[in-house]
This record gives sequence, structure tokens and C-alpha cells, in this order.
Amino acid sequence: MGPGDRGVPLPRRRRGRGTAGSSYPGWLLKTPVWLVCLGILGGYLAALVGDRLGANPVEALSHASGAWALRLLLLTLAMTPLRRLSGWSWPLRMRRLLGLWAFFYAVLHLSVWIWLDQGLDWRAMAEDLAKRPYVMLGMAAFGLLVPLAVTSTRGWMRRLGRRWKRLHRGVYPAALLAVGHFLWLTKADYLEPGIYAGVLLGLLGLRLIPQGPALGDSGRRFPSH
Amino acid sequence: MSSSQPKPSEITPKEVWLTRRRWIQSGLALGVLGATAGAGAWWWGREPDEATPARHGRPLEGVVKTGYRVDEPLTDYADVTHYNNFLELGSDKETPAERAAFLPTRPWTVRVDGECEAPGEIDIETILKVYPREERVYRFRCVEAWYMVVPWVGFSLGDLLRRFKPTSKAKYVAFESLYDPDHPLPGQRRLRLGWPYREGLRMDEAMHPLTLLATGLYGEELPAQNGAPLRLVVPWKYGFKSIKSVVRIHFSEHQPVTTWNRLQSDEYGFYANVNPEVDHPRWSQRRHRVLGASVFAGKQPTQMFNGYAAEVAGLYRGMDLHKFF
Repeated sequence: MGPGDRGVPLPRRRRGRGTAGSSYPGWLLKTPVWLVCLGILGGYLAALVGDRLGANPVEALSHASGAWALRLLLLTLAMTPLRRLSGWSWPLRMRRLLGLWAFFYAVLHLSVWIWLDQGLDWRAMAEDLAKRPYVMLGMAAFGLLVPLAVTSTRGWMRRLGRRWKRLHRGVYPAALLAVGHFLWLTKADYLEPGIYAGVLLGLLGLRLIPQGPALGDSGRRFPSH
Repeated sequence: MSSSQPKPSEITPKEVWLTRRRWIQSGLALGVLGATAGAGAWWWGREPDEATPARHGRPLEGVVKTGYRVDEPLTDYADVTHYNNFLELGSDKETPAERAAFLPTRPWTVRVDGECEAPGEIDIETILKVYPREERVYRFRCVEAWYMVVPWVGFSLGDLLRRFKPTSKAKYVAFESLYDPDHPLPGQRRLRLGWPYREGLRMDEAMHPLTLLATGLYGEELPAQNGAPLRLVVPWKYGFKSIKSVVRIHFSEHQPVTTWNRLQSDEYGFYANVNPEVDHPRWSQRRHRVLGASVFAGKQPTQMFNGYAAEVAGLYRGMDLHKFF
């Protein structure tokens, strides 16, 4: 996440540079994200109403919401490296929306747990939280995402200034915790959480590659981290 | 890199990096297209969500009703046969049913050996012919905190064990599931659990009349995903004790090694009696979810020994069940 990636701290003149995509209208970038993310939700709601979630529908909803939260979080994290590798600027303009959808599915995941799985039994939940590492990791990941979602608005970006960027680096530990949560609750088959772990490590690894002038725009470096 | 200017010779000519970027962009675009096409193909080619109509097996004739009943509704046939932990056939709950055809259930022979006077083999046709086909409705509680009520067809394990005349040294009975290293099942190819799957019982548990060798459910031969053609059902223990697709029974003097206990002994004990008071590191065992119930149904309290305390509590008198969990 370089400075200016989120729009506001960006100096005016950097807008509309000749990079491919920066001139796309916002709706063209954002409508597909809305369609796909709403479509996934609609699919599960239809399955729920139509009783097509199998023998254990609560488990099915819990797994699906958690998996989509994680997939969208990884997709969000892929936008910066995608921009750096390709020079396209549109990935950055989709990032906040993707991140908020990831958060939406995380809220859904937590709600399924609190309401449908635990049946609002606060004592049982407190016990789970105290005893089971995977519950702790998941809750910590969610806790880290909350302030990011809250401060994702332009107003908060302006108010926090430099600190906004530091705060939003919390997305990395959140993603690591979320993958850890999945790995820890897995009983035998580590393929799916393993894929997510691999993707996440790959995305983090890409950020360690120093940004050379050859890939920067018109030779200008923008700090990488 | 930030302090010194690159030498002119180190600067990539503009045409080169423009070309390189064009290649990266094309590569990314192709990658996304390919991934989308792949995901789309997978999505449309998937098994329909509409709970794959349960394929019914051959009906078992001469099934006799017994006094083994439970005052709870039976779990639907479709749920019993499409929500299975059978890692040999796949790690999701639904995949074992989809891959039922991978499990060869005929010919099927069970080898019985170890501390017994008459070791030998017995094939499934003989078992089906010689032993009664009793319908027994049992509660089934998985360590993952889900629960079902199943009308099994089978007979007491003890009846089969006695045929092989266990000696006084036979303190335990060990069981093994199907594993052919030359023809591994799909899950055995991918997951390393130390195949074959192994389970075991203490001799008195194995001889208890409740302990069932099942050959069917719902009046039909066992479907592959439920452990065809012959499986153990120990209704007062967590489901992982009820080993599926048994090919070997071994009498031994010492407590046998069992699969989950060997993999994670702090989570899966040898006894694995259903016990709401003994917590599991992953799942609270105090309550369970009934399969087939609505999303809003909540959980039900789990009973000691899964409701079979009157029959089996005596087996464990004087034992610290927190220690021997």
C-alpha cells in the first residue's frame, strides 16, 4: 500500500497519469465487485431458503462466510502488487471496496457463530474464546479489521493523515491471523488453508521486492513496504 | 537505492520497460481469463447442489426389529448418507457419497487373528448368511459435536468374536480398515494419516451386547460412504471409534495403537466415551447439533455415554474418566 493508493493523500497532479485504467469511470470498476459479492450472498441465501445447505446448514454457512471473508481479504491484498507489476492503476481503485466486502463476510461469519452456532450462549462463547486457540485467532483477526473498516472513509483518511497508513498496515497481521485461524481449526486436510497460506505468503513476499525504477511510473519511485 | 542516482548505463531504456510491462500485463490478463474460465467450468460442472438424490442400496431381507430403540426421530436417509467423515474417500462431508464407487465392497474378507485359538478368515457373504440382521436404532455422536439417530442393521460384535475363540490373553481387540497400497482410495493417496485407519476396544467393551457390527442401515446394505460392507458401531463412544470397512480384527494383550490417538493424543483418547464433562480442545462436548435440524434449532445437551449410561457405566467403574478420556 503506497501513499496515495487510497486516493486522498494523492497530490492532484498524480491523478490521471497516462497509466492504463486510471481513466476508467468508477462504476465500471465497482459494479462487477458489487455484482460478484452480492451474487455470492444471494446464492447462499437462496440455498438457505431452498433447504439446499445439506445436513448441517449452520456449519455450511459458517464455512462459506469465513472462506469468502478470507478469499476477499487476499484479493484485496493482491491489488497493490497487481498495480506494481502491471502499472495499471485501477486495481487500487477497487481495493477499498474489496476490503469492505471482505469485512462484510467477516461480520457475517462472526454473526453465524454468535447467533446460529452458539445460540447467543455468552458463557459458552467466553469459554470457547478462552480455551480454543483457533477461536482466539479468528477473533483477533476480526478485532484488527474493525478499525480498518471504520477508518476507510475519506474523512478518516484526512483526519488521521500519516497515521492512517500505519493503522492500515494492520491488514497484514489480520490476514495472517485469519489464515492461522483456518489452519488451526483444520483436522486432517490442510489443502485449502494451505493454498490460502501460500497465496498470502506470496503476496507478502512480493511486497519485499524493492521497487526499481524500471517498474515505477516514468522512473518515479514510490516507497514500497 | 534511494540515496544514489543510478548510472546512465543502469537505466532501463524506456522501450524495454514498456515492452516488459506490456508482457506482464498480457500475462496477468491471460492468467485472470484462465482462472475465470477454470472457475466457471468447475462451477457449472459441479455436482448439483440439490442433495444428490440418495442412491439406495440393495435391500437386506429378513431384518428383525429389536428392543434397541431411541425415543427420538430418525435422521433422514439422505443426511445419514451424505454427511460422512470417511477420509479414505475424501475430507469433506459430502465427497465420500460422491466417491462411493471407488470403494470395492466385493469380494470382501475379514481376517481375524492374534490371541485366539481359531484364527482365520470370514467373508462378507458368510457373515450376512450366518449372523442375524437386527434393526437397532442407535444414537450416533461425533466428536465434532454433531449427532444423528440411525436405524442400523447388524448383530453384536461379540457373536463374531466368539467364533474365533479368543484366549485369556486377549485383553483388547484391534480393527483395521481397508488399505491396499497398490490401489489406494482417493483420500489415502492425498492425506497422510498412517493408513490403514486403526481402532480398538477393550475386550469387555467389544463383548458388550450394544457393540454392533453393522452390515446395513435403513433396511439396506451399507452404502460405501457409511463404511460398506461391514463396520463397527459403538453408540456410547465418539464416532471415530466406530471404524468403517473393516478388513482385519486382531486380539491382543496390549492396548492397540489407534489412528486419531496416535496423531493427536491430547485430543483423541483411546476410550473416547461420549462425556459432556470432559472437554475437547476443539469442540465443547456439552452440547451437540442434530443433523437435519433447521438453522435456528440450536444445540441439544449431550448425555453421559450418549444416553447409554445405564448399560455401559459399569464398564468404567472406578476409572478416572478425565484421565482415561
